[in-house]
Amino acid sequence: MIAELGLAALWLAAALAALQLAASVLSLRAGEGGETLGGVIRPTAILQGGVAALSFVLLMWLFIRTDLSVKLVAMNSHSAKPMIFKLAGTWGNHEGSMLLWVTVMALAGALIAAIERRLPEATMRATLGAQAFVGLGFYAFLLFSSNPFERLPRPVPEGMGLNPLLQDIGLAFHPPTLYFGYVGLSVAFSFAVGALLTRQVTPDFARAMRPWVLGAWVFLTIGITAGSYWAYYELGWGGWWFWDPVENASLMPWLAATALLHSASVLAARDALRAWTIMLGVIAFSMSMVGTFLVRSGILTSVHAFAVDPERGSFILALLAINIGGALALFGWRAGSIAEGERFALVSREGALVVNNVLLSAILGVVLLGTLYPLVTEAFDVRVSVGPPYFNPVSAIFALPMLAVMALGPLLRWRQDAVRRVRRPALLAAGLAVAGAVIAWLIAGPAGLLPTLGVALAVAVGIASLLPLRGRRLTRTPLPIWGMVLAHLGIAVSLLGMASESAWSQERLAALAPGESAEVGPWRVTLTKVVPVAGPNWTAIEGDMDARYQSGSPIPIAPQARSFWSPSQTTTESALVTRWNGQLYAVIGEAVGDGRWQVRLWWKPLVTLIWIGGLLIALGGVLALIGRVLGDLKRRSVLAKRLRWRGEQPV
Amino acid sequence: MTKSWRLWLPLAVFAAFLGFTAYQLQQPKDDTIASAMLGKPLPRFALRPAVDGLPGAAQTDFADGKPRLLNIWASWCLPCIAEAPQLKALQEQGVEIVGIAIRDRPEDVARFLAQHGNPYTRLGADDLSEVQFALGSSGVPETFVVDGNGVIRHQHIGDIRAGDVPKLLARLEEAR
Repeated sequence: MIAELGLAALWLAAALAALQLAASVLSLRAGEGGETLGGVIRPTAILQGGVAALSFVLLMWLFIRTDLSVKLVAMNSHSAKPMIFKLAGTWGNHEGSMLLWVTVMALAGALIAAIERRLPEATMRATLGAQAFVGLGFYAFLLFSSNPFERLPRPVPEGMGLNPLLQDIGLAFHPPTLYFGYVGLSVAFSFAVGALLTRQVTPDFARAMRPWVLGAWVFLTIGITAGSYWAYYELGWGGWWFWDPVENASLMPWLAATALLHSASVLAARDALRAWTIMLGVIAFSMSMVGTFLVRSGILTSVHAFAVDPERGSFILALLAINIGGALALFGWRAGSIAEGERFALVSREGALVVNNVLLSAILGVVLLGTLYPLVTEAFDVRVSVGPPYFNPVSAIFALPMLAVMALGPLLRWRQDAVRRVRRPALLAAGLAVAGAVIAWLIAGPAGLLPTLGVALAVAVGIASLLPLRGRRLTRTPLPIWGMVLAHLGIAVSLLGMASESAWSQERLAALAPGESAEVGPWRVTLTKVVPVAGPNWTAIEGDMDARYQSGSPIPIAPQARSFWSPSQTTTESALVTRWNGQLYAVIGEAVGDGRWQVRLWWKPLVTLIWIGGLLIALGGVLALIGRVLGDLKRRSVLAKRLRWRGEQPV
Repeated sequence: MTKSWRLWLPLAVFAAFLGFTAYQLQQPKDDTIASAMLGKPLPRFALRPAVDGLPGAAQTDFADGKPRLLNIWASWCLPCIAEAPQLKALQEQGVEIVGIAIRDRPEDVARFLAQHGNPYTRLGADDLSEVQFALGSSGVPETFVVDGNGVIRHQHIGDIRAGDVPKLLARLEEAR
């Protein structure tokens, strides 16, 4: 019964989206006369969000109860699985994750309808219409090609489990976080389409769009950071970024959204970069959809194995063609008629932000090209795999100058500025950067060119990121400024971690018998014993070890090699010891014979800064978001008071 | 007018992307391209050592009556990590494996071997993929079975999974 109810809710939500779209189109056609019809749009959008959420909750309920008469549950769950992973199983598969996708989209639409008051009414209607249009495509995809509520002819006695790699608390919440980001960008997309339709690309439009982009961007940042950490400790390879297509799929929307945030700031503050901001609004969500398509259609091979189904691939491709193609065609048709915005000098805050935008877009292009390249060569019967030797140096070519501009940009004035005014802070940052690199060489030993530049730029960006606070009273500094400072500082922190990890990591592969030790960097690790252990749905070999930092006291660690039995698969559970100056990373491998075990050890100085930086960036986004929302509320109440003063009713 | 065509550029780029992916979706996914070199003697090559401590590789190492595996790999290739235990297992069965490292650096190769074990008796460095192309191999990892006369008998595309080990052993037996 629950499954049928869920399916019914999904149909109803789709119908409401159709109504929302129709009302939007008709009211825009009617122009001034469309008031009654226009009044339907907001309530419909809110209702659609509620009904879609109900459908998702019902699917969660089926997973919680492990209802094995439902195909999706039988394929992806198991009665012996811990409850938290049963719950996570809801979105740990194709159909469930697509349902999550439309649910988030519908909820985002409902949220716009409920709280957005800045947009002109016509743009608002067009925006909600666009949101409904994109949503309808995904409803159709679910209902016609990926029904999550499909029943089996008869219930099966036991489910087929969940990929054991995915049975991890970090991963349980990683995909939904990313989805909030991907799909949150649909708001920027709909705003852009709405503004193109009504030709109202104004600073107020940018101010209205900015909080939504910020929200989505924060989720993306957290999702990428968490995903990177998960890959680091779960895959047991000691790396934290692999340029895998799925990782790239999450990085590309982030790059586009980052560029969008900055260009929206220019539009909001200076009424410049109108068409470019619209373009980025379209691109950001397009990258989310392209990424999802590349990953879900199986067209690219990836270590993230998803169910491959060419029919679904064709369906998503058609959706891409309609949504992105439609938006880009609208852009080509309308963008010319959007008046050019204000002009500005090259050396100015806007100038720096434009350079930042161009370089971010270049990095986006580099990643997109590298991700698609195997696809292109395959058309000519050549199979290649593009890896770090391409991505690292080529993206660095653009990333390094971007970071340099990022350090100076916030110090420049709007409209026009002189280089000589920022010469002193620039020299200070540059001097400290050189000093930082020299000190790093002295402490940790020589490093390659890229890591050395990385350290130097990290110091420069870190120092420069704090300079906008100079001369301000900290208690009265607006939250968005704090947000910018923290986010830029986060970039510096993360960069320092990346540079240090790539330059000064040490690794050691040893075959140890119990009682023997191996050294890596300042650590000495002794294998005490190897014992079998068992969990609810796995058994494992556990290596009990004592890790000693220099002459410190021993810290017990216990990496495991786990074997899951449903489905049968082995995973490595690395053991980590975190210190302020880095992490020890230990993995136990197979028995070598003669009572020895393979033990892999890494010492990774400052590696944790990579993810701490990521969290700082997200925190900066949160502060900016709070600041923007509070500012908006304040503006609204002032406006309401002024109207009351004049004896009018607030609208 | 000069500006208006530029606004359509994004759409044109996107249309090209759509065309490619639509074409790719129609293609059967698993048609592996066999090397045209199957059944032919190895091309001539002589590669410098890819790492200190191991000799380089040349086609003259092969035609001495003993069948061998010729493994194309690289330290930057992720599937090669997955393949390492199987190569090790083959080596333990007495199979001689000659490696060719594609576009690699000695220090990276040394690190890879230290980390994942060294199954190779010889290891040549193919910095420009020249030998790789001459062999008709288009990706990493790939493994060729070469018989005792230096003739290529079998090509394994992609990483060697645990299930492939007995098959490769059988191929080597046939090539004897």
